Amino acid sequence: MNVAVDLAPVVALVGNPNCGKTALFNALTGSRQKVANYPGVTVEKKTGRVVTPAGRTLDIVDLPGTYSLRARSPDEEITRDAVLGKLATERAPDLIVCVADASNLRLALRLALELKHVGRPVLMSLNMMDIAKKRGIDIDLEALSRELGIPVVASVAVRRGGIDRLMQALDERIGQLPAAGAADWRAPDAAALRDAQREADRVLRVTIRNAGRLDPGTAKADKLLLHPVGGLIILLAILFVMFQAVFAWAKPVMDLISDGFTWLGVLAASLPLPEIVRSFLKDGLISGVGSVIVFLPQIVILFLFILLLEDLGYMARAAFLMDRIMGGAGLHGRAFIPLLSSFACAIPGIMATRVIDDRRDRLTTILVAPLMTCSARIPVYTLIISAFIPDRQVWGFVGLQGLVMFGLYAAGIAGALGVSFVAKRFFWRTSAGEPFMLELPDYKIPQVRSLAIGVGNRALAFLKRAGTTILSMMILIWALASFPPPPEGATDPAINYSLAAKIGHAIEPATKPLGFNWQINVALIPGMAAREVAVGALGTIYAVGSGEDSEEKIGKALAGQWSLATALALLAWYVFAPQCASTLAVIRRETGGWRWMAVTFFYMLALAYAAAFATFQIARAAGAG
Amino acid sequence: MTTASTLTRTTIPLGDAPVGFRGRITALDMTRAPAAGLPAPELERRLLELGFVEGASVELLHQGLFGGDPIAVRVAATTIALRRREAMAVVVSEQDPQP
Repeated sequence: MNVAVDLAPVVALVGNPNCGKTALFNALTGSRQKVANYPGVTVEKKTGRVVTPAGRTLDIVDLPGTYSLRARSPDEEITRDAVLGKLATERAPDLIVCVADASNLRLALRLALELKHVGRPVLMSLNMMDIAKKRGIDIDLEALSRELGIPVVASVAVRRGGIDRLMQALDERIGQLPAAGAADWRAPDAAALRDAQREADRVLRVTIRNAGRLDPGTAKADKLLLHPVGGLIILLAILFVMFQAVFAWAKPVMDLISDGFTWLGVLAASLPLPEIVRSFLKDGLISGVGSVIVFLPQIVILFLFILLLEDLGYMARAAFLMDRIMGGAGLHGRAFIPLLSSFACAIPGIMATRVIDDRRDRLTTILVAPLMTCSARIPVYTLIISAFIPDRQVWGFVGLQGLVMFGLYAAGIAGALGVSFVAKRFFWRTSAGEPFMLELPDYKIPQVRSLAIGVGNRALAFLKRAGTTILSMMILIWALASFPPPPEGATDPAINYSLAAKIGHAIEPATKPLGFNWQINVALIPGMAAREVAVGALGTIYAVGSGEDSEEKIGKALAGQWSLATALALLAWYVFAPQCASTLAVIRRETGGWRWMAVTFFYMLALAYAAAFATFQIARAAGAG
Repeated sequence: MTTASTLTRTTIPLGDAPVGFRGRITALDMTRAPAAGLPAPELERRLLELGFVEGASVELLHQGLFGGDPIAVRVAATTIALRRREAMAVVVSEQDPQP
């Protein structure tokens, strides 16, 4: 064991939200960073190693942004406990770097005063000095250091060489750090906060000129972007482009990936190996890996947009504009983008809920995101609608098929709003009405490097974390559909002899009130891998065979076998059912445990059952049985 | 200091202020925000943490489309977005427009 490296001093970065802390962290650690979750919570843990000019190795920890160590949510408890060295799994910081935006110092100074009570050495890094200077904000660094009683260094995280002085200061201090003193930090009450802010304001007055100057560019931009009507129109336009990008731009790359894996699968199937091994390679492993990687383009594009908007400072504005509209359903303004993304795919949508700070708001959003009609439902909807819904006009101008499609989308949205409303009102009543209070930061030009690191981290996290869980579920689903193998001389499709078929038969009594026969039940099992797989599975079960016009043939076969009531019930089922193992796996990863995955699975199952039951019974009573 | 002159002026809750309002915070009074989503001591601490302290200058910059909610307020050197029902707890006095 390399003791010297393992015991590298820990430097914790603490600061207000939007102070450029992440940019500073990226500048310090570059790509040598790890993103994980703190055990059992949804809080992101970012650590990275840095070697100082003097050759010292430091472990840098980037903590969630906060205005005070007083924890207001479980997420902020992490920052507090990490700073105080109370986390069982983490080492206490040897040095706290209080990161502050030099152009917005007022709230940061109070945090710095609070950090002095932790009993550990504190250093203040004044970030974005270039912006402050340009705006005419004149900071007397020496006086500031004297008044605060801690060293203050200037930095420009986004510029090459901009953190040289910080590195130098780290080197100077780290060698001769005093042992941690007595911590006399106590959660401040209103009086203490008031006193601290007054003291911060005094320091501000004597050390900084023009501290309160509003950024003229931001003021001008906000006139337009926060305009009650114009702002909403611009937001909708931005979201439209984003949605288009996730939906359409990703398509060619996704097709390429999907074709690549199909080709690999065909290649694997032609290998001189036993049938069962070939089937495992092709239908289990390769299609399993493929079904994970195929989401990557959407995730990269979505996060590129989200991080770009976040770095620009626009995300807080979007929340401002959407707050009232989302608030009616008990959702946070920031839930808008994740939910919109979920129309393409719930997986990037659920990952995007990280922009929501409050844990309960975030969980509510994660719970309802899978109810948004994702693109994988479209093949199933199209198949059933074209087979069962007559292609005619209603009210003279509306196509009936399109109307049903619209109805399915609307049902999903209504379901999501209903569930979030119920969750907020009854489930989490104690903290209902979590107030909307956030800082609107000045607009800033995003840095390509920071964006690249951010998108790269998201992509890696998805591949690493979700990949393992999704892949194992895919292999399980493959095994269910493949074992036991069909007997010699079997005439029916192989899946009809498998465990999946046995399960399909076994649950038939439960699905009978929904109008589902055992063939549908069987198709739903591989449909867990990805919703659209159910289409192919139905083709296999009804032995339609594949080919150019296979979907049309499947549709014809279904029209001869099912009643209209069954078809409508299956559509209703698909609106709500937790028919996607990947989504469940991502929920598990993002919420840090099985609990919320189970909650999502069972509430969606219950909703789907109720909806399919009602649809089938009503349709049958109306004579569609 | 403008404190002496502002003391004689009438005060209103920030939650009732129109866009373009400029003034100074005279008090934080939680009893004026009974509809706030938080218990009084917690609301007061959150407002303080975002810089709403007696004496700080405020300017109401923007408001939302529906019911003029939420509002964007310049508090000293920071812009904060919040809902009017929580802003009711911030008592402000009007100030003459700066020359």
